[in-house]
Amino acid sequence: MYEFNYRRANSVFDAVESSARAEDASYLAGGMTLIPVLKFRLAGPSDVIDLAGLSELKGIRSEDGAVVIGAMTTHSEVAGSAEVRQAIPALGDLAESIGDPQVRNRGTIGGSIANADPAADYPAAVVGLGATVHTNSRAIGADDFFTGMFETALEPGELVTSVSFPVPDRAAYMKFPNPASRYAIVGVMVSQGNGGTRVAVTGAGGSVFRVPEMEQALVSNFSPEAVAGISVSADGLNEDIHASAEYRAHLVTVMARRAVAAAG
Amino acid sequence: MDTGIGAAVTRKEDFRFLTGQGSYTDDISRPNQVHAVFVRSVMAHANLRSVDAGAARAMPGVVAVFTGDDLEGVGGVPCGFAPDGGPMNEPPRPVLAQGKVRFVGDMIAMVIAETPEQARDAAEAVYVDYDELPAVVSMEAAMADGAPTLHDLDDNSCFSWGIGDAEATDAAFAEAEHVTTLELVNNRKCPNAIEPRAAIGEFDTAHDSYTLYTTSQNPHVIRLLMGAFVLGIPEHKLRVVSPDVGGGFGSKIPHYPEEIAVTWAGKQVGRPVKWTAERAESFLSDTHGRDHITRVDLASTSDGKFLGLRVHTQANMGAYLSTFGPLIPTYLYGTLLAGLYTTPAIRCTVDGVFTNTAPVDAERGAGRPEATFLLERVVEMAGRELGIDPVEIRRRNFIPPDAFPYQTPVIVQYDSGNYGPVLDRASDLADYAGFAQRREEAAGRGRLRGIGFAAYVEACGMAPSQIAGIIGARAGLYEAAQVRVHPTGSVTVYTGSHSHGQGHETTFAQIVADRLGVPFENVDVVHGDTDQIPFGMGTYGSRSLAVGGSAISKALDKIVAKGKKIAAHALEAGESDIDFTSGEFRVRGTDKSVGFGDVALSAYVPHNYPLEELEPGLDEGAFYDPANFTFPAGCHICEVEVDPETGQAQIVNWNAVDDFGKVVNPMIVDGQVHGGIAHGVGQALLENCAYDQESGQLLSGSLTDYCIPRADDLPSFCIETTETPCPHNPLGVKGCGEAGAIAAPAALINAITDAIGVAHVDMPATPEKVWAALQSAQGE
Ligand SMILES: Cc1cc2nc3c(=O)[nH]c(=O)nc-3n(C[C@H](O)[C@H](O)[C@H](O)COP(=O)(O)OP(=O)(O)OC[C@H]3O[C@@H](n4cnc5c(N)ncnc54)[C@H](O)[C@@H]3O)c2cc1C
Repeated sequence: MYEFNYRRANSVFDAVESSARAEDASYLAGGMTLIPVLKFRLAGPSDVIDLAGLSELKGIRSEDGAVVIGAMTTHSEVAGSAEVRQAIPALGDLAESIGDPQVRNRGTIGGSIANADPAADYPAAVVGLGATVHTNSRAIGADDFFTGMFETALEPGELVTSVSFPVPDRAAYMKFPNPASRYAIVGVMVSQGNGGTRVAVTGAGGSVFRVPEMEQALVSNFSPEAVAGISVSADGLNEDIHASAEYRAHLVTVMARRAVAAAG
Repeated sequence: MDTGIGAAVTRKEDFRFLTGQGSYTDDISRPNQVHAVFVRSVMAHANLRSVDAGAARAMPGVVAVFTGDDLEGVGGVPCGFAPDGGPMNEPPRPVLAQGKVRFVGDMIAMVIAETPEQARDAAEAVYVDYDELPAVVSMEAAMADGAPTLHDLDDNSCFSWGIGDAEATDAAFAEAEHVTTLELVNNRKCPNAIEPRAAIGEFDTAHDSYTLYTTSQNPHVIRLLMGAFVLGIPEHKLRVVSPDVGGGFGSKIPHYPEEIAVTWAGKQVGRPVKWTAERAESFLSDTHGRDHITRVDLASTSDGKFLGLRVHTQANMGAYLSTFGPLIPTYLYGTLLAGLYTTPAIRCTVDGVFTNTAPVDAERGAGRPEATFLLERVVEMAGRELGIDPVEIRRRNFIPPDAFPYQTPVIVQYDSGNYGPVLDRASDLADYAGFAQRREEAAGRGRLRGIGFAAYVEACGMAPSQIAGIIGARAGLYEAAQVRVHPTGSVTVYTGSHSHGQGHETTFAQIVADRLGVPFENVDVVHGDTDQIPFGMGTYGSRSLAVGGSAISKALDKIVAKGKKIAAHALEAGESDIDFTSGEFRVRGTDKSVGFGDVALSAYVPHNYPLEELEPGLDEGAFYDPANFTFPAGCHICEVEVDPETGQAQIVNWNAVDDFGKVVNPMIVDGQVHGGIAHGVGQALLENCAYDQESGQLLSGSLTDYCIPRADDLPSFCIETTETPCPHNPLGVKGCGEAGAIAAPAALINAITDAIGVAHVDMPATPEKVWAALQSAQGE
């Protein structure tokens, strides 16, 4: 690690202010990504601003047909939340599928979506459920939030405060995990409700994406057969030692079909 | 509670380990120590125009920076084996690069600073000017015409070696009714001991002597190699300590350049120099395992009787020869190709090849998993091609129990074995008869169910030193022990074996408790410190109990023999009239006896003692050189279910019967078998050490990309042992540490190919590979 100034923020305002004053600040949430990045010396922020003390960023509440999750809520809190389990079981399942117990006890939803790892699970939930991301300064719609590989619509210093998930009529998440990291090689969130019908894919591409053809097919016929014959093109999909683009494309259809079946 | 031979005693060492009180090399802090970080090559193949350490030397906390120039006179890292004594290309391996680097991770400079973080900072400031050369990453690229060469040699060939009778094998193929052919890859692995390598080098000016603390499976081997062949330090001036070691799997056998560097530098800077690898560094610089490309042909009659076996293998040595690199794919491999079968003619040829990758050496099983994998795969394939049941084709070819000792066509002579009952019992355990029904039931759930067998024999208990010498080992392979009985009858055993997870402190203590009739708690085992233990060869190749345990047994014989003399004197009887059982020396046929503790006391307080004939004390040493290898054998049966849509294979059943000879601690044996199977499952399903074929960068350089098996990747194992005692060692033991890793890959790939109905899938059988194999099978 390179040396940095450490600061424990005592309010969202304090965190954003400190970040603005610093030369090059990073927020620290669960540290499951940031700490290894620092240890590998892949980043050298001047200041690390720890969000751990901000109780205003923690917790899960139901509000106007939505489940609102504070940015500093851990994956295990989401997985274990009775509110989430009752309103959007698919979201609880997704959180439960992340990494391992240690990672789930530390990693947060805010850190996950701010980091926008192409293989992370939460992006599929945000886009697949049509969530809204709230920050210290604005609300960002799901379809505008993820802009590329490790890239989001967040401005420098902008802080995610919560994510609001509308409660769907039905939804399910199916994931084919990387056996080593347990990130998604392909993960598909399917939902239907007030926000429409959504099919969001993580892991397969540079960033989470929707599959309009599948969504249209499901509008008229929400059944596994409706998506079974629809495949995405392998062009531009991720390719690495774990899976080729063709295999990922194949898995998108399989996972989508299984998600639709599970969503019932 | 019974704590003798055969009892499932809980491990003595577990309290220490489970409460975090183990003392590993990194836990050791020497007064005034400084910290080393190595600058490693980021390129697979390059000439070094210059290495500029000027800026680094000026950084805060920096004590010294050494480059290849500073170590010019220091000997390179030696190799401990040349097949048949040579010829073998044996290019030098400098401790720090001398003008050229040959794999990503090759050491260029050593930065020493007050803190590890300061050393890391300064390591970044060492400027290396690389002149990049094209890299040869695969063996195919390395052996292509005109391929760039790593060393000052005509090509990238290391050795060409053969075993078995080529003419007889050709003749067998000429008369064969059927030939089964298989081309396969035995995938490269990173051993991934949970404790990274670490070393501390220290020089004591007062005594003109060195100490090296290191994560080694064999401290005396390191002392000999480094002292005699590299740094020229006489043995009495060099102490090597391998304290608690957190797993090795073979990767902590070799002598590594970091050990030399810290020992040498400790004297240069006049302070202890400590280095601990980071996980990423371990991936790059620990020796890797396996990495073969093989073609095998099996000649048989139409009713499945094996007539001949022909094997050709290319074995990757990596960029340099590691200590036992050339041993693994030659004598630890070709000699096992008879397997459990009477195949009369076998010919195996192996080409060792240099590539721009990390050096390859032993990994759990070392040669025997590679041999067993190809053999049990080709046997299974032959059965399928000929329409013979996998159990039946094996049984038809088993060496019959009355044929032992059995001379194989590949040098080794099996001492004992009884394979039929092992296979039968394993088949019963696995309910082979009910498999068809389980397959049908799985099909109803959309799953493809398959069953796979692997019967193996392995050679453990390495090794008769004279044979080792004939085949090319530059070492003897005996083991040493010292049994020190203290005046009040408690015992300390000093062993040349080294425990890094095997539980020797328990197993060896059981042997002593059993033989001397002393309480188990009164026996401690010391290992790992060359200043304390007799000259021993260490632990690998499942040798510790068979060779190290036998040395202890021999020393115990001497203790008992001397005890009888002392007792005879005390009991006023003839020595030949004394029996020793359950801790009592007794005059045969009388009730006159004296306890072991009293005998020990009189050995040290020799008031009433035959001093004219007998020295005081009860402290005996022994060296044991085995008469032969030992030959554990067994049969593993695996069942998988494959999801045809994703290609994901799930292991649903694992049954095994192993013959390890006499079992001292069945719980430890179970643990070794479980761990071994996990290791083999890792190789067959999950683990893939992958380099970029162009750049030579390691693509699987972290645990998020390199998948070691976890508990939820494995089923509950159902395992048993049978007991055919080893006829030539005093304990009747054979060895169990590698069996699972040897048997598992073939069982698993046989099961997967059975499930999906294809001839072969290379390891690791990732979901994508299985899916692709299914796709092409359906396309046909
Ligand atoms: C071994 C391992 C396995 C994993 N497996 C999975 C998996 O299966 N699926 C999965 O989805 N993820 C997985 N993860 C990722 C993990 O779950 C975390 O979600 C992720 O590391 C980021 O969350 P964090 O809270 O740790 O953020 P941190 O590491 O603290 O921060 C990550 C980045 O986000 C920024 N940041 C954090 N919080 C905010 C905020 N409120 N506003 C703005 N910026 C912010 C930080 O500045 C930093 O740049 C895995 C991680 C590990 C180490």
